[in-house]
Amino acid sequence: MIRARALEKRYGDTRILRGVTLDVGSDDFLLVTGPNGSGKTTLLRLCAGLAAPTRGELEVGVERGRLGYLGHEPLVYRELTALENLDLYGRLYRVPDRRERTGMLLERFGLWDVRHARAGSFSRGMLQRLALCRTLLHEPSLLLLDEPYSGLDDEGEQLLDRELTERAGRASFVVATHEPERLEHFASARLALV
Amino acid sequence: MTYFADVGALARKDLLLELRARDTLPAMLLFVVSTLVVFHFVLPVGSSDLAATGLLWVALLFTALLGLSRSFAAEREQGVIDGLVLAPSDRSAIWLGKALSILAFLGLAEVIALPAYALFFKPVSAALVGGVVLADLGIAAVGTLLAAMATASRARELLLPLLFLPLAIPIVIGGVGASVSADPGRYLGLLGLYDALFAIICWASFEYVVTE
Repeated sequence: MIRARALEKRYGDTRILRGVTLDVGSDDFLLVTGPNGSGKTTLLRLCAGLAAPTRGELEVGVERGRLGYLGHEPLVYRELTALENLDLYGRLYRVPDRRERTGMLLERFGLWDVRHARAGSFSRGMLQRLALCRTLLHEPSLLLLDEPYSGLDDEGEQLLDRELTERAGRASFVVATHEPERLEHFASARLALV
Repeated sequence: MTYFADVGALARKDLLLELRARDTLPAMLLFVVSTLVVFHFVLPVGSSDLAATGLLWVALLFTALLGLSRSFAAEREQGVIDGLVLAPSDRSAIWLGKALSILAFLGLAEVIALPAYALFFKPVSAALVGGVVLADLGIAAVGTLLAAMATASRARELLLPLLFLPLAIPIVIGGVGASVSADPGRYLGLLGLYDALFAIICWASFEYVVTE
């Protein structure tokens, strides 16, 4: 699903990633760890096609529409409601039964009661929940998650644990985190960036 | 048809954002009207109508620039452009959706600006209106692409005018020519050609602007 060889990324003179080689197969769960600035986010952006490698080979064998990306930003419009944001993404991703799926995810992540509230009024944790809804909306077969527990409260963490448990083995994951212990039991492979 | 459904969804989203945030259109309206008021007092009594027409086009161009500078603000501030780029829809749909919303803002600004111009200076001719409509198409097409380019830069406020104004020169030539010439057809043709040419270039190249 993902094959990278001697991957390198530079921004100007600054080298962010150096010599990363990895293979992520179908239904694998790759846990990416490393200190701040080690290139975890950059690696995920490269895999998502949001950035291009400076050197090396990278093949991602998944169509854009089958990829779910959760970054540091929730990637939602603050002036739109939770429902409107998911509806927009549902249209762009051509999600079948868009309304039902949107409603189901909002309910599952505890946002149904605030579905008509603008995302700009959400707390950090609620935005992260909405971002998770957006990421999972189109049933991606490859999930690229960057610090997925960031901003979530205990309940949110449990909801995410449940989602990961349900999806592990049915989709491929590349998850960047600096708290690997929480995800250790899901991992089928590990990559430590330095 | 899916392509146009995507374009429709993206343009509708922009209009909804503006309806809620009201941070672009009111500024454009205020700017164009106040500029025309200033020009009204700047021009000495008995000045040529040609000068007034030229000033109208200056006002319209800078109003458009004001709108363009805000056009990707929501995507930039909230990083949403990544979300749109990741969607499986053709990336040129992002350009077309945004260009349509910019076109709507320009049209609304001109619905106010042209009567104001008629009030302060002289009546508006059909050729001038035709020129404005064709100029708007070109401004929206080129301006959307350049605004997307500039938005990725830290010096976006500086970069957008530097990129846009040179490319807008044919629009100004065509627009002013259509407004004052005895044979406006030639200039309207120039504007139409510019619109068609740049719309194709911008449509085809937008993908490379929003991806690394």
